[in-house]
Amino acid sequence: MAITPEEIESLIREKFPSAKITITDIAGDGNHYAAEVIDESFRGMNRVQQHRAVNAALKAQMEGSNGALHALALTTKAPD
Amino acid sequence: MTDAAKDRIQQTISENDVVLYMKGTKASPQCGFSSRVAGVLNFMGVEYADVNVLADEEIRQGIKDFSDWPTIPQLYVKGEFVGGCDIITEMTLSGELDKLFDDKGVSYSRDAADKIRAANA
Repeated sequence: MAITPEEIESLIREKFPSAKITITDIAGDGNHYAAEVIDESFRGMNRVQQHRAVNAALKAQMEGSNGALHALALTTKAPD
Repeated sequence: MTDAAKDRIQQTISENDVVLYMKGTKASPQCGFSSRVAGVLNFMGVEYADVNVLADEEIRQGIKDFSDWPTIPQLYVKGEFVGGCDIITEMTLSGELDKLFDDKGVSYSRDAADKIRAANA
């Protein structure tokens, strides 16, 4: 089961409407993505908290061994 | 997560200063992400306990619930969840992992850490 970059972006966008979001398909297989999310709401949060916030938006896609999203390399930060 | 799984995880992270929940073992990782984190710890000469989640279905799901974290590997230092592969990689390259080990009194080779950074500069 694959997922498109647009679907990932829109799931993240639901929770972080004004974030700068960059999705890269790192393996070209629709399964392994890298996502960079830059959002003001991350300020003051450590990385684990930032990642948890993004993961929460994608939870349904990452659950179980049959999740559509097999691997997502995540980079998060607050805007400079 | 079962109470038994929770108790076992709690015990493991209490009894070991550094614990890596991973797919495979430190000597024989079964996934690239687990391999990367184990490789960093091995190279830096960190003493750590490795828990192979593939050998234990209860812990495989239990650790995800315990940490509220969806993926493996997961690194614990002094009972605290530090992060998964992406975070450990970033922290290694930025020097934050050195600082964490310094703060927590975990011994490691700074020379090795510097070599990793030099190789990835």
